Amino acid sequence: MPRRIVIGIRGVGHRIIESVWRLGYAARFFSLILLKSGTSIRRFGLIIRELYFTGVLTMVIILVSGLFVGMVLGLQGYETLQKFGAETAVGTLVALSLVRELGPVVAGLLFASRAGSAITAEIGLMKATEQLEAMGMMAVDPIARVVAPRFWAGVISMPLLAAMFSAMGVFGGYLVAVVLIGVDEGSFWSQMQSVVDFRFDIVNGIIKTCVFGVAITAIAVFEGYNAPPTAEGVSGATTRTVVTSALVILGLDFVLTSFMFRGVG
Amino acid sequence: MTTNPLVEIKDLNFSYDERAILKGINMTMPRGKVIAIMGGSGCGKTTLLRLIGGVVSPSSGYVRVDDQIVHELGRDKLFSLRRKMSMLFQFGALFTDLSVFDNVAFQMREHTDLPESVIRDLVFMKLHAVGLRGAHNLMPAELSGGMARRVALARSIALDPMLVMYDEPFAGLDPISLSVIGKLIRRLTDALGMTSILVTHDVHQSLEIVDYVYFISEGVIAAHGTPSEVRGSVSPFVHQFIHSEVDGPVPFHYPAEKYATDLNLENRIA
Ligand SMILES: Nc1ncnc2c1ncn2[C@@H]1O[C@H](COP(=O)(O)OP(=O)(O)O)[C@@H](O)[C@H]1O
Ligand SMILES: [Mg+2]
Repeated sequence: MPRRIVIGIRGVGHRIIESVWRLGYAARFFSLILLKSGTSIRRFGLIIRELYFTGVLTMVIILVSGLFVGMVLGLQGYETLQKFGAETAVGTLVALSLVRELGPVVAGLLFASRAGSAITAEIGLMKATEQLEAMGMMAVDPIARVVAPRFWAGVISMPLLAAMFSAMGVFGGYLVAVVLIGVDEGSFWSQMQSVVDFRFDIVNGIIKTCVFGVAITAIAVFEGYNAPPTAEGVSGATTRTVVTSALVILGLDFVLTSFMFRGVG
Repeated sequence: MTTNPLVEIKDLNFSYDERAILKGINMTMPRGKVIAIMGGSGCGKTTLLRLIGGVVSPSSGYVRVDDQIVHELGRDKLFSLRRKMSMLFQFGALFTDLSVFDNVAFQMREHTDLPESVIRDLVFMKLHAVGLRGAHNLMPAELSGGMARRVALARSIALDPMLVMYDEPFAGLDPISLSVIGKLIRRLTDALGMTSILVTHDVHQSLEIVDYVYFISEGVIAAHGTPSEVRGSVSPFVHQFIHSEVDGPVPFHYPAEKYATDLNLENRIA
């Protein structure tokens, strides 16, 4: 019996040391990316190429999802608000929900599953097929040449994608509330304009998306670069990117929200 | 100074974790030669190339390349040494997101300021040397195994290195592609004045093109000599290797329990 307890405790301790070690390793990797970003900034073409893969190719799913989320918000918002005779506030409701929460969070989740997983799989496969080692043997640093451009492309595209998501969502809400149901168009827009605050709502939303963008892309490149060089290794890393990103987004969202919107209408 | 061997390996030991892979290796590789390293799968041939390239460091002993001790070099010195050597990986390791042309041009674009028109000429020259000028537009996924290996060969000589290491360049090739690659390695080595290290277990092809052979077995050099010395060798290991015999000094069986024990026969008989 005591032996079992010792083994149990040892197991827990081992796990903890392992996670702390991995966290430290990840932090070191992250600072390496920042240190070696010079190349990608000097040769911006490298980032542009990746912007196409992470940003442009993710746009379709972001725009379509944004439209539907906005339409649902419009429908649900109208249902509830009209009970209080406040159906003209539906524009405000749609815009606030999108800009503050749903835009950053849902766009982040979509970004992680579309672009994050692709980044992990690509880097992981390059590693498994010895392309990264081959690059190193050609005296070209794979972190500077492969990892950093993908990281910056992700960091740049995430806020833009989230903004498109929110804009599309507002348009979806407009379609449902104004065009379909017939809420007064003038008050739909004017109420939205007067209530949504630039500093508190929009800037905070942008800060969230930037933080999520850094977190998701950092996770994606880390998992890809450190994937075991086998088929299972790469597929496991891809799954971990999506799962870890989702948890990190939701956790960070709570933390950021509680700092940003404390005591604000 | 240039009479020194290009690569000198002295009392080299290396282990992954606790497991000793290479034990006391000594080799000398003169300039301008093609040197073959042979041995069974998993005997540490790739590891040896990675030690020469400075990807991993020895636990003791050293590798000296062009009068520099590889594992003592800092990052910048190591990278400038690596610009003068190149490695052809076992499966080519072509960059799958770049075309054949861009793969060969990769190092020129990364390491030189040559104008694009010069790069274009150089790439076509390299591709012509391996007979694939016409394939410059293809992506790596569109190439056959032999063509991919030839593109990798063109890429590895892109910057006219002084040392090229080939890791099993014949693996998985049909006999024709195999002898094409073999002849190319010899011809390019002579034409460009390079030194080549050829890791392989294709005895017949390599004995025709190399100047010197090292056999590695269980982490030590089991035999070495020129191709004619090797052909006439009485060493049982070399004999087994050259004549592809199933059992000999290299055992057919991985070390195991007594067969009878594993089949649970001992108890039954008792
Ligand atoms: N990264 C690694 N970690 C631990 N062991 C390894 C690693 N790479 C190779 N090995 C082991 O080292 C031995 C030699 O490998 P290698 O040099 O690739 O052999 P080969 O002669 O077939 O090229 C093998 O038994 C292999 O299992
Ligand atoms: Mg090998």
